[in-house]
Amino acid sequence: MNAVPLSIPLAQGMLLAGVLFAFGLIGLLVRRNLIFMLMSVEIMLNAAGLAFIVAGAQWEQADGQIMFLFILTLAAAEVSVGLALVLQLYRHFQTLDADAMSRLWG
Amino acid sequence: MTGAFYLAALVAAVSTGLVITSLNAVHALLYLIVSFLAVAVVFFIFGAPFVAMLEIIIYAGAIMVLFVFVVMMLNLGRRAIEQEAGWLRSRIWIGPSILSATLLGELLYLFGSGILSQAGGITVQAPKQVGVVLLGPYLIGVELASMLLLPGLVGAYHLGRHLNSEDA
Amino acid sequence: MPTRCPVCGAEMVDLLWLVPALSLLGFLTLAMAGGWFSRKTIALIGVGSVGLSMVVAGLVGFAFIGSSDSPGQPHDQILWTWLQISGFGPTIGFYLDPLSLVMMLVITLVGFLIHLYSAEFMIDDEGYRRFFAYMNLFVVAMLTLVLGDNLLLLYLGWEGVGLCSYLLIGFWYRDPANGAAAQKAFIVTRLGDVALAIGLFLLFTHLGTFNIQDLMARAAEQWPVGSSLATIAAFLLLGGAVGKSAQLPLQTWLPDAMAGPTPVSALIHAATMVTAGMYLIARTHVLYSLAPTAQTAVAVIGAVTLLLAACSALVQRDIKRVLAYSTISQIGYMFLALGVGAWAAALFHFTTHAFFKALLFLAAGAVIQSLHEEHDIYRMGGLRRALPVTFWTFLIGAASLAGFPLVTAGFYSKDWILWEAWASPLGSPWLWGAGVTGAFLTALYSFRLVFNVFFGEAKTEVGSRPGLMMEGPLIVLAAGSLVVGFLEVPRALGDVSLFSEFVRSVLPSFETTASITTELALQIATMLAALLGIAAAYILFLRRPGLVTAVTGTVWGSALSRFWIEGWGLDRLYDTWFVRPFLWVAQTNKDDLIDRVYTGLAWLIRQFFAALHRTQTGQVRWYAAVLAAGSVVIVALVVLS
Repeated sequence: MNAVPLSIPLAQGMLLAGVLFAFGLIGLLVRRNLIFMLMSVEIMLNAAGLAFIVAGAQWEQADGQIMFLFILTLAAAEVSVGLALVLQLYRHFQTLDADAMSRLWG
Repeated sequence: MTGAFYLAALVAAVSTGLVITSLNAVHALLYLIVSFLAVAVVFFIFGAPFVAMLEIIIYAGAIMVLFVFVVMMLNLGRRAIEQEAGWLRSRIWIGPSILSATLLGELLYLFGSGILSQAGGITVQAPKQVGVVLLGPYLIGVELASMLLLPGLVGAYHLGRHLNSEDA
Repeated sequence: MPTRCPVCGAEMVDLLWLVPALSLLGFLTLAMAGGWFSRKTIALIGVGSVGLSMVVAGLVGFAFIGSSDSPGQPHDQILWTWLQISGFGPTIGFYLDPLSLVMMLVITLVGFLIHLYSAEFMIDDEGYRRFFAYMNLFVVAMLTLVLGDNLLLLYLGWEGVGLCSYLLIGFWYRDPANGAAAQKAFIVTRLGDVALAIGLFLLFTHLGTFNIQDLMARAAEQWPVGSSLATIAAFLLLGGAVGKSAQLPLQTWLPDAMAGPTPVSALIHAATMVTAGMYLIARTHVLYSLAPTAQTAVAVIGAVTLLLAACSALVQRDIKRVLAYSTISQIGYMFLALGVGAWAAALFHFTTHAFFKALLFLAAGAVIQSLHEEHDIYRMGGLRRALPVTFWTFLIGAASLAGFPLVTAGFYSKDWILWEAWASPLGSPWLWGAGVTGAFLTALYSFRLVFNVFFGEAKTEVGSRPGLMMEGPLIVLAAGSLVVGFLEVPRALGDVSLFSEFVRSVLPSFETTASITTELALQIATMLAALLGIAAAYILFLRRPGLVTAVTGTVWGSALSRFWIEGWGLDRLYDTWFVRPFLWVAQTNKDDLIDRVYTGLAWLIRQFFAALHRTQTGQVRWYAAVLAAGSVVIVALVVLS
């Protein structure tokens, strides 16, 4: 295997992952539109995957990439079900406002 | 390569920030794709070319296309953008930002505590190695993933079919 | 050759188990399937089951007396062992000896007559089936009580009798007063039952068996006369007997037990329930012989009770209450007899009393029903012509109760008791004096009833007249009230001793030292007391009613009368000293400190719930924020640790 000479600290990759995750969290908490909330969730999942890749590079193992593959699978399943639900909800409530769908109020 | 990393990281961060702030869903999706592409570059730099390809093909390709479809089906127009503008007051950013910043700070503190250390260059993990590990020790995981995907498929079909039958 | 059953070929005496079983079958049929039956079928099952029990009891009795090889030999029929725990194996077994045989015969015969009477008396009641089911169960419980060969089975019957009395006194449960009377009967007798249960435990721990015969034998072996253990056990059993038999100080429930239908009163007073206490003491008389103190207490309780109750009976206006107090008084006689060691006399008085008291209650029920549920004797009168059969039978019953000389059964049994109270080694002139005074009072109040109800002018219109099913039992019981007495006639008057000979093997008598002249003198005194009482009643209540009103008109007279009507104020006393303090304690204790802890805990949990409830906004973003905040906290914990 060829080692690419690289002078960036891996901590900076982690920093990027953390920043992306934080952006995703902010988006999830701020946006009321279901589509945007789903996108924010995608951002967070992707950030987590990035963290795995960085960790895999740190320990020179393929396991990080495997984890990313699993996250990818999870994201695909989640998005397909989530979007189908969004369509149903939109039909039902005629809006994508998550705050309007608060009938689960206990 | 160092410069490429910083550039990609910058692009990813900025485009992600634009995703969560943009009012138009289609614009947000485009920014999101840009963000994913930038992250794919980062993956490549960190020695994971296979995953970088998948990031582009599945994330930026398939998943985002799904989003585009849904946005098109819902036909969100100008009214939705005005609605978004009404919702996104500056005041509501404060709380989530503080929360997220706290979490980020904590994470960075953990990362900065010396766990990650630079040891020479980065070893590229080729697709073959990934495949060997994936279908070796992680075979169970693959099976589980397939079991997850099947209900996802069925569920999505079921929810969507209902919609179509009522439409018809 | 033992007598054999013509149907099944089994030994006749072995059919003993059928006596309670047949009545039990009647109860089970009525309780489980009676809903489908017509009234006629219900009556047939209810009366028929007890009737069959009576027939079998009679056959068993004949076989028992007539078995040539061993006449009067006790017969223990063990059906099965209840449970077997190392060394402790109480059996379900029935014990037949002269004592239990007499009890069984009286219970089934009088019980059957009362059932027959009820078939007509209760015909319009909506709870017809329930009534007969309870009555059958009552008879079963009482039979179990007297036939049980061990104290555990006896206790089962004892409690069963208590349960049935509760159910039947509160039979018309829609009226809360009846429910209260039922509860009173249940709770007051429960006090005695607790003493009895403790007595049973004591006997078992010290003597190691529940079988009554073994128990008595071991007690006589192990405990010397006057030993403290025997005395304590005897007193505890006496507590149970006093509660069930309505003696001082637990007699207050019986007058209130009139709330039930009249046949129930007849059953409680004559055949079942109140005689259980007498039976218990007679059954365990060996124990009392070992504890002279307890036996003296029995005699004193009996004497005092018979006087107090007789005084109360004198002033009651409700015909059934008069009879209730007279029962307490007559049971007092039985206790007096038990107390002086005249076991056979007590049993004999029980037998005669069962006849005339059942008769009096049933006749009173007929009168009450004829007069549209009128209970007040001062609003009756002149019924002699309107209800001739009822009149004559009631007269016979009252005469028997009063101890009318020579012809009535009550005379012979009471006379026997009084003679023994004088002549027995344990007797004393004081006890005899109390008994004779009681005899005078008894005659007075029983003929007060007769004169007020059947003589004088009619004050209430007669509605219906009793039919054949009601009059038949009255006539049979009246005959019994006259004839039964001749089973035992004292030496001076003809010297028949069939009864005492029959029970001698179980209930020993003692040799008297008194001369036959003394006996005759005492008998004449008894006769005079009864006749004087009847004469006084004639003068006071028929010829010169003004005298009574003059006496009760004075301050002292009216106060005494009120005092007696209330049963010597014992009810009020108990209410003030026991019931109300208990209720107060219960009320206070309802939210005590410990309770507060739990209500406080409940309050805290409710508050906690309300707080948590507010976090459930139903908004996804809120949940996500809480989730994120939670992760912040957890990571912070990791970072800071």
